[in-house]
Amino acid sequence: MKILLTIIICLALSVGASASFITVAPEYEERYEKLLSELRCLVCQNQTVAESPAGLADDFRIEVKEMLERGATDEEILTFMSERYGDFILYNPPVKARTYLLWVGPFVLLVGGILIVIMLVRKRATNIPRNELTEQDKQRLQSLLGDEDKK
Amino acid sequence: MIRFLIPAFIFIVLMGFLFVGLYKDPSLVPSPLIGKPVPTFAASTLKNPEKIITNKDLQGKYALVNVWATWCAACKQEHAALMYLAEQLQVPIYGLNYKDDRGSAIDWLNRYGDPYIANIFDENGRIGIDFGVYGAPETFLIDAEGIIHHKLVGVMTPAIWEEQFLPKINQIISPPTVSMN
Repeated sequence: MKILLTIIICLALSVGASASFITVAPEYEERYEKLLSELRCLVCQNQTVAESPAGLADDFRIEVKEMLERGATDEEILTFMSERYGDFILYNPPVKARTYLLWVGPFVLLVGGILIVIMLVRKRATNIPRNELTEQDKQRLQSLLGDEDKK
Repeated sequence: MIRFLIPAFIFIVLMGFLFVGLYKDPSLVPSPLIGKPVPTFAASTLKNPEKIITNKDLQGKYALVNVWATWCAACKQEHAALMYLAEQLQVPIYGLNYKDDRGSAIDWLNRYGDPYIANIFDENGRIGIDFGVYGAPETFLIDAEGIIHHKLVGVMTPAIWEEQFLPKINQIISPPTVSMN
């Protein structure tokens, strides 16, 4: 019973967090959802506007909805928001001098990591002692392989 | 030797980034409106719904535009500072009453004092969006032509007034030289 109640409460909360009382006409729905998932809620910064239950996110939803209904393009809407709140509001920030590190940084780290791995592997490869088989080893090998053949 | 130097170097760089990060407040988002004119708006004033206030009304002298609401606890904290600025230093302050209830807002001003020349009544927060408001209180500094020079997100204090606002006001106008202390 307790578990059931917990599940119901969790479901109710999750519905409250994601859905909003704001609805758009079906023809805009796809673009509306996509735009909201590209905008950061500035109150709870690691959430998109689509996920956020904050009051400000609702204001953004209304703004996006009304712009869609006025016939604005996706780009116009995102520009509208970033002109007021800065690039930080965009989950896909534009490539600019300020954001080079953000965009290029991970690739620099990746290339650096690959280089280090290559260096280590090469070093290790040259360090492996090339043991030649002694006579004794060869005989043992022969006898082992020979045993195998007889079976 | 280089085996140890490279990781040590990476470690120090990483520590440098993290150390700087310690002193940054991620909730402070730089405003793209700095250097741009105040957004155009026309709204009723708080105290008189018949009267219309527009962005043109803010021009003429430098001024502060303070975003506040009765539901905003931090706004109450900074209220005394705003009263001091308005009454003792004759700083012109306009209010942007943000997503508030007209009656409660007027009550608040009657009870705690009214530091504002006038208040823009932004009931649904649409003007707030044009100003890039995301957390009241916020305070904008604008010059006589209505250009935004500074934005403070958070509570106005005497220290912040002296550090952030006075130098900027000095740049844009012959300043009020008196300090708040």
